[in-house]
Amino acid sequence: MSEQFHDDPLKVAEDWMREGRPLAVATVVETWGSAPRPVGSHLVIDSESNFEGSVSGGCVEGAVIADALEVIETGEPKMLEFGVADETAWRVGLSCGGRIRVYVERVG
Amino acid sequence: MDPLSLKKLNAARGARRAIALVTDLGDGRDRVVEEGDPVAGDLGDSLTKAFRTGKSGVVEADGREFFVNVHLPPPRLVVIGAVHISQALAPMATIAGFDMEVIDPRTAFATPERFEGVLLDAEWPEEVFKQRPLDPYCALCAITHDPKIDDYPLKAALEAKCFYVGALGSRKTNAKRVERLLAEGVPQAAIDTIAAPIGLDIGASSPAEIAVAVLAQVIEAFRKREIAAQLAAA
Repeated sequence: MSEQFHDDPLKVAEDWMREGRPLAVATVVETWGSAPRPVGSHLVIDSESNFEGSVSGGCVEGAVIADALEVIETGEPKMLEFGVADETAWRVGLSCGGRIRVYVERVG
Repeated sequence: MDPLSLKKLNAARGARRAIALVTDLGDGRDRVVEEGDPVAGDLGDSLTKAFRTGKSGVVEADGREFFVNVHLPPPRLVVIGAVHISQALAPMATIAGFDMEVIDPRTAFATPERFEGVLLDAEWPEEVFKQRPLDPYCALCAITHDPKIDDYPLKAALEAKCFYVGALGSRKTNAKRVERLLAEGVPQAAIDTIAAPIGLDIGASSPAEIAVAVLAQVIEAFRKREIAAQLAAA
């Protein structure tokens, strides 16, 4: 139940926001099967592809970051889905066999 | 995400207050809700459940889809008394997910050798609470058997609305303690919430068995707590 507060993604997001960096927050909203990170996990991304946190322990972060850059640009939130049933997702590699839904939104 | 929501979330988490971010997945709008804030309808019921279980998830309410991301402060288990029960309790409580700490002003008991890897204070509880105040996400167990040490933290824990307050001692010892706390001005209703004798009645006899009984009771109190109701009544 312990939660690390230092270097946690939401804290980092607030710091980046104060610095005026455009950023997006990605959140795991649903998981099925053996998903590596629990519901509620965050990844924060700025417009220069810097990131903090994790939504999958490294499996799909690359794809999430690419979409986050678009979300920062347009301001339109996106719902992403990754899993073995999806060939694209398989290519980006959620090899643990789970499926996850990730909500990506711009801050501000 | 609304920048103000982000600030409110972090402020509440830093202050050890339970808080949830509710995002409408249809239009992307969000708002923060603190535990005890009134929220009507199905969404309110979902939030009550989320605060009790600590589980985040997607919920359907009023024909819309919301994501409820709940942040509960990590529960602390504060034990007064660096005794055998505490030595057994420390690893068990840590495995169960509690931030365990032991306070005992008797330096002969509170030695790092006996409590390796445990947050240990060889100070009076009064002093420790000034640095790290108790709150509703703390459980307090007073198990020194010494009223000089146990009484103050029991009173402080009741005032702080800790989700669990337990005290070691026989029924006779407890009866005397009740008299002392009443004389100190602690309301009878608050005293009645103290788990005494401490621990679930599983016939525990060794310190390790008593630790199991105490931990089980603490978990029960945490999972079945009704903090919202308490806050509303306060």
